[in-house]
Amino acid sequence: MNEIVVIIGGGIAGMEAAGQLLKLGYTPFLIEKSDKLGGNVAQWHRLFPDMTPSGDIISTLYESCRDANIFLNTEIYSINRLKDRYNLILSNGVTVSTRYILITTGFELFDASKKEEYGYGIYNHVITNADLEQWFNGHSDERIDSSSINSVGFVHCVGSRDEKAGNTQCSKVCCITAIKQAMELKEMYPNSQVYCFYMDLRLFGKKYEDFYTKAQRDYGIHFIRGRVSEVGENIEGKVVVKAEDTLSGRPIRVTLDLLVLMSGMACCKDSSLASSLGLSIDSDKFLQSSDNILHITSSPKKGVYYAGACTGPKTVPETLAEARSAVLEIHNSIISEKG
Amino acid sequence: MIYQGKQKIWSEYQKEIPDDKWYYVRSCIRQNFFPASEKMFMEICRNVLGKDIYENEHHTTCGGIAYHCDTIPQETAMTIVARQFALMTEAGYENYVASCITSFGNYTEILETWHENPELEAKIRELLWKACKKEFKKPKYLAHSSDLIFKFRNEIAERAKFRLVNQKTGEPLRVVEHIGCHYSKMFPSKGVGGAEYPYVLTGMVESWGGNVIDYPERRHCCGYGFRQYHVKANRGYSISNTHKKFESMAPYKPDMIITNCPGCPYFLDRWQYVIAEMEGKTYGENGFGIPVFTYEEVAGLVLGYNPWDLGLQLHQVAVEPLLDKIGIEYSPEDKYKGLNKKDLLRPELPQGIKCF
Repeated sequence: MNEIVVIIGGGIAGMEAAGQLLKLGYTPFLIEKSDKLGGNVAQWHRLFPDMTPSGDIISTLYESCRDANIFLNTEIYSINRLKDRYNLILSNGVTVSTRYILITTGFELFDASKKEEYGYGIYNHVITNADLEQWFNGHSDERIDSSSINSVGFVHCVGSRDEKAGNTQCSKVCCITAIKQAMELKEMYPNSQVYCFYMDLRLFGKKYEDFYTKAQRDYGIHFIRGRVSEVGENIEGKVVVKAEDTLSGRPIRVTLDLLVLMSGMACCKDSSLASSLGLSIDSDKFLQSSDNILHITSSPKKGVYYAGACTGPKTVPETLAEARSAVLEIHNSIISEKG
Repeated sequence: MIYQGKQKIWSEYQKEIPDDKWYYVRSCIRQNFFPASEKMFMEICRNVLGKDIYENEHHTTCGGIAYHCDTIPQETAMTIVARQFALMTEAGYENYVASCITSFGNYTEILETWHENPELEAKIRELLWKACKKEFKKPKYLAHSSDLIFKFRNEIAERAKFRLVNQKTGEPLRVVEHIGCHYSKMFPSKGVGGAEYPYVLTGMVESWGGNVIDYPERRHCCGYGFRQYHVKANRGYSISNTHKKFESMAPYKPDMIITNCPGCPYFLDRWQYVIAEMEGKTYGENGFGIPVFTYEEVAGLVLGYNPWDLGLQLHQVAVEPLLDKIGIEYSPEDKYKGLNKKDLLRPELPQGIKCF
């Protein structure tokens, strides 16, 4: 029988890994707790830098992994370590015995309501980046009055690089996502004023800087270097934002029709998987790799591997590359075991 | 505004407030600004609610104003506070309640500092012993006096003779609540409802029948701010902050303002006169200002105490329009009469803002 590899988490890392394992002739079991594959990326509308529909990415990944044993709406009931194997009992009653577990549980979007001063869940026209993507995807959202969008603000780093919020890491993708979303809104509402409130712009990836230049030059998006101090609502129900423009050295106040909070990536709150496997948690609360340079996809436990944002914020290309890398590690291990 | 969102936050910032046996310390300035407020607090606690609340004349300032003005170091403020705690310990109490918001913030900050730096607490104990041969236990519970009124708001509502409702229309009064900056902005978990959407005054207003207004400059400072007002050259900055708040709340047509800080009601009240003189603008109806109250005064009003016994004649902004709205009877001719009908003399009335 082909070697069974259990992949926990059916986001893009898990899907890509399942596809690669199938190509190598293994038998992947892909376990996903929700009712569909694709994870956070499936909630998104289009992806930078080429504005690729995320649905296309998910469909392509699904085509390559569809022959895997896919269990949706399924959670890990228990994991027992045997001599050189892991025995997993799933919530659907299935028991799987494997020598290899690949963890691809990804991240959770930071709960923007924790940043109380921004008024998410309090003020009517305050949404998150994920809410906006859902709206781009055609879902209705009563917080967005599509007939009257004249001014929009984006708050960068919501729950990222924020000690008070308990998340000190940079989420990597929020800066470019804010620029992408700002441009998308500007395309829909060319006469609107769009503001991005940022503390630093971290635009390291391929074409990111071009995006930023384009956003300023061609779209007229206002970039204001300064953190938002508080958000309120005026008598007309519009959002009132107070911030500091640190470049001009002045406090500013803008009234907006919509405020978008760029929620960052946070570690998965459910630590039961890590504790049942005895996995270490890093200082940033994500899973700890054996080595953050040489062995990012390896855990300290034999037979347990990682891919994607379960070890920290990653872009989509980085996540996919890590999934392939983890599969290669597993493959090499299987080969060497066979000796 | 999504009310349920605020309720969720309020549920996360609950504060343990013991029922009884409190040691009370007064504010340095409230008895001059709003002379009946602290008396009314004691009256409500002792005679309306039947609680054991003790005060003693030997306590002093907490040093908070001097500390925030940078005229004394924190160690000095700490030693002053240590002496207050020693007085509480000597009186046999463990629950400490401060009338002043800045004191409450000062006590909170000092207790947290000692928690983080026990060696500093040891040093202060030594300094206190050297200075006055006193020892102290830290309070088991620390509260602001508005926390207590919040805790017993429903009991007060049960005994209330009036509600914060417009008698003519039957509509709840529109109330601006203003929280003192030092209540929870420094330590959100120490205030009822946290720092961004404090519930302490909102809870009282809701229990007593009113509706709270959330306006854009709700969180903004009243304009007092020690380094704004106490430095004479900065007084223009002080009034500009107050002006900003009134401009922001004006569209909501508030009937009244309720506060829980010594400085806030004073400045929100007095600066309305100055704004009227400077700009000819008033924010209440028919040339009046918006009446500003301490929470004790509001509690006293709903409980049916005589407005003039609550010291409301000392407010700059006339309170009579609000009393009329609620249906509270009062004697206009007694407004400026003191104890035993002693004539307190009538103040000169301003031109820019309507007063009685």
